[in-house]
Amino acid sequence: MGSRASTLLREEEIEEIKKETGCKLCQNAPLYLSQTSITNPVFNSVFSREDFQRIPELAINPLGDRIINAFFPEGEDQVNFRGFMRTLAHFRPIEDNEKNKNAAPSEPLNSRTNKLLFAFRLYDLDRDDKISRDELLQVLRMMVGVNISDEQLGSIADRTIQEADTNGDNSISFNEFMKVLEKVDVEQKMSIRFLH
Amino acid sequence: MAPFLSLLIYTYLVLRCSSLTAPVDPSKSQPMGSSLGQNSSSEGVPLVDVPMALGVFSVDYHHVQAPFEIVLWIMLASLAKLGFHWSGRIPAVVPESCLLIMVGLLVGGVIYGVRHSAPPTLSADAFFLFLLPPIVLDAGYFLPGRLFFENLGTILWYALLGTLWNVLGIGLSLYGVCLLCPSSLGDVSLLHCLLFGSLIAAVDPVAVLSVFQEMHVNEQLHILVFGESLLNDAVTVVLYQLFESFLRLPSVSGLDVLLGGCRVLVVGFGGLFVGLFFGLVAALTSRFTPRVPVIAPLFVFLYSYLSYLTSEMLHLSGITAIVTCAVTMKQYVEANVSERSNSSIQYFLKMWSSVSETLIFIFLGVSTIQDVHMWSWLFVCATLLLCLIWRGSGVLLLTAVVNKVRRNKVTFRDQFIIAYGGLRGAICFSLVFLIDDFPKKRLFITTTIIVILFTVFVQGMTIKPLVDLLDVKRKKRALPTVSEEIHSRLIDHLLAGIEDVVGYWGQHYWKDKFEQFNRKFLRRFLIREEQQNRSSILRVYQELERREQGADRETVHPLLPEEMDSIRRILSRNLLQFNSRRPTYSRHTLHHDRALQRHSSLGERDTQFVFLCAVCAIGPRSISQDSSIPEEQTAPQHGPKKHLSFDIENEKNN
Repeated sequence: MGSRASTLLREEEIEEIKKETGCKLCQNAPLYLSQTSITNPVFNSVFSREDFQRIPELAINPLGDRIINAFFPEGEDQVNFRGFMRTLAHFRPIEDNEKNKNAAPSEPLNSRTNKLLFAFRLYDLDRDDKISRDELLQVLRMMVGVNISDEQLGSIADRTIQEADTNGDNSISFNEFMKVLEKVDVEQKMSIRFLH
Repeated sequence: MAPFLSLLIYTYLVLRCSSLTAPVDPSKSQPMGSSLGQNSSSEGVPLVDVPMALGVFSVDYHHVQAPFEIVLWIMLASLAKLGFHWSGRIPAVVPESCLLIMVGLLVGGVIYGVRHSAPPTLSADAFFLFLLPPIVLDAGYFLPGRLFFENLGTILWYALLGTLWNVLGIGLSLYGVCLLCPSSLGDVSLLHCLLFGSLIAAVDPVAVLSVFQEMHVNEQLHILVFGESLLNDAVTVVLYQLFESFLRLPSVSGLDVLLGGCRVLVVGFGGLFVGLFFGLVAALTSRFTPRVPVIAPLFVFLYSYLSYLTSEMLHLSGITAIVTCAVTMKQYVEANVSERSNSSIQYFLKMWSSVSETLIFIFLGVSTIQDVHMWSWLFVCATLLLCLIWRGSGVLLLTAVVNKVRRNKVTFRDQFIIAYGGLRGAICFSLVFLIDDFPKKRLFITTTIIVILFTVFVQGMTIKPLVDLLDVKRKKRALPTVSEEIHSRLIDHLLAGIEDVVGYWGQHYWKDKFEQFNRKFLRRFLIREEQQNRSSILRVYQELERREQGADRETVHPLLPEEMDSIRRILSRNLLQFNSRRPTYSRHTLHHDRALQRHSSLGERDTQFVFLCAVCAIGPRSISQDSSIPEEQTAPQHGPKKHLSFDIENEKNN
């Protein structure tokens, strides 16, 4: 959507956001955000990476940088409230009635596929829809630290790819990723309760 | 066939031995406070006569009577259990509890037929003091901690409010039924009905445990039903004592009711604190056991039992105390004692609780054969119906409220199973015997027995097909894979970050705080100076890696869940010993009880996770291939795969 510095959100925009993200309580979101440093007048603000990096716990999260990146659209340095809510909308709990509803032409943002896609994109930086061995190693190293040697990490990565890879291209595609996680209760794990 | 034969032989022995004692005192045919399995205090015919010549062979049964009979009963119970599992198909259809009650009925019938008097009944004291604690201790020790605390609010909701709803509902409606038929039920007062309601409404942990264990429903459902059955003891105890004391008081005022309400809090929290106290003391004691590892398991049992007895002495909720004690001391004791002691503790707990449970059910069966049963179609059927109705409605209402605040909603199917799985058991039975005598007491006893038999037989047998029919979500039995582990961790980190962005102070925030407190104070105080620091972790890792290199690399071998669990336990235990400065952060559903750790330095990232991956990468190699170990470390004893954790621990201790 482009960065519009200090734009007031109009009513139509709020409605659009609601429809797009399915988030009925969008307007109340500031209440929940009041504890972070991001908040002050949320509706008007545009966030930059420094705002995110000011959150202390996020700074020590192993995947902190990638998470922050996930909020920002491609190549941009600022995200407005709408984009922020779009990203957060991935973590809405899936409600039972929505599973049957066929309202939106495209899948709602918080469907299982989209949740998994979000996680997939944390690995897949170059957006080629494949997790290569290097990308996997990078993420493993971030999560694991320096106590493990490269070969050991490499063997772990190899085994991971071996378990998932069905077409033998030595990388994990999104479908293989989804298949590996089919037994994991992603809908519950990737949901934050109050976002409904 | 052998078990059945032995069963018959032992039954016969029981009869013979009991008949060796003096004739049964008729007034003692309902033993209240007499010991288990005894028929009389035998001051009967002395067997020792003045000898005429030196006797070569004599029988002195009185000398060993008490322990002998007890052992015979236990033997009967255990052989019965062996017998069922001998036939593969029966246990699949009929739950064990039903079979045991049937055996009890059989034995009771035989005894009655032979002696024409009531067989020994389960005395309340024996039940509450000896038979119940092992089962509850076992339940508390193996309680899935994380799941339990995540659902604690809901469990308490069901346990407290649900039980109250049931008690009042059943009591009041029963009184209404009694009023409808004043000719036969006229002398059952309101307080009597409420008293009866209080003891019949409570869901019994023993029965629930035995039935649900075989069902493998999804963990959330299991913990809800089971947690409720454990925690409703506080309410039951209070209400029962309350109504009983009301019965003895000349009149009941509003103040008494208010005091009763306060008493619930006192009983519940009192039990909690007693349990906490003994749990912490037990943890502290276990810290000093490394020199005498053989005794270490004993302390677990002693302290738990002590906490139970103490709270019973103070009329607090014994079950709450023992469960709290077990939950509190578990993590510290596991860290302090050797792996062998841990295995012993677990094994003994399982064994005792199994024996207890079997005995309870057999005695339930035996005690059904009574001399005098008072029967009233109206009362019995009304009770049965009302129990079902009030439980169902209670669950529905409470769930409707609690679903608004829960993340994982309780579905209708789960609700149905929760309502249907409200089995009554031996606790009601013992409580009904303890009522002060009044004209309709036999009616209460009969009704209680019928309700218990109905719930255990009908509900117990049909719940499994119902679970299949309704397609209730089952426990996932999948074997874990490395990919799942890694990706789940990624998601955990991701959600941690998102929650930080959003600033959500939820359950995880408080759990985080508790873990920090735990690490800073409790663990340092209660766990002995561990030799487990980074070097031992690296040793473990290298050991596993060596085995990997020694073994063949074939296709991907999944790890058995038990192995995974034991490996996780060691590694997470190892990890938490070193590095105390970091904030912990726990995520939604971690695969193990330890919190995910966020580290301020790159150096000590999620090492435990790595080792898990490393171990997963290795697969369940045959541990006997240790010939390739070149290092100077002593090679551990290698047994079957299940002892992987034990071996690693051994190595660590060397």
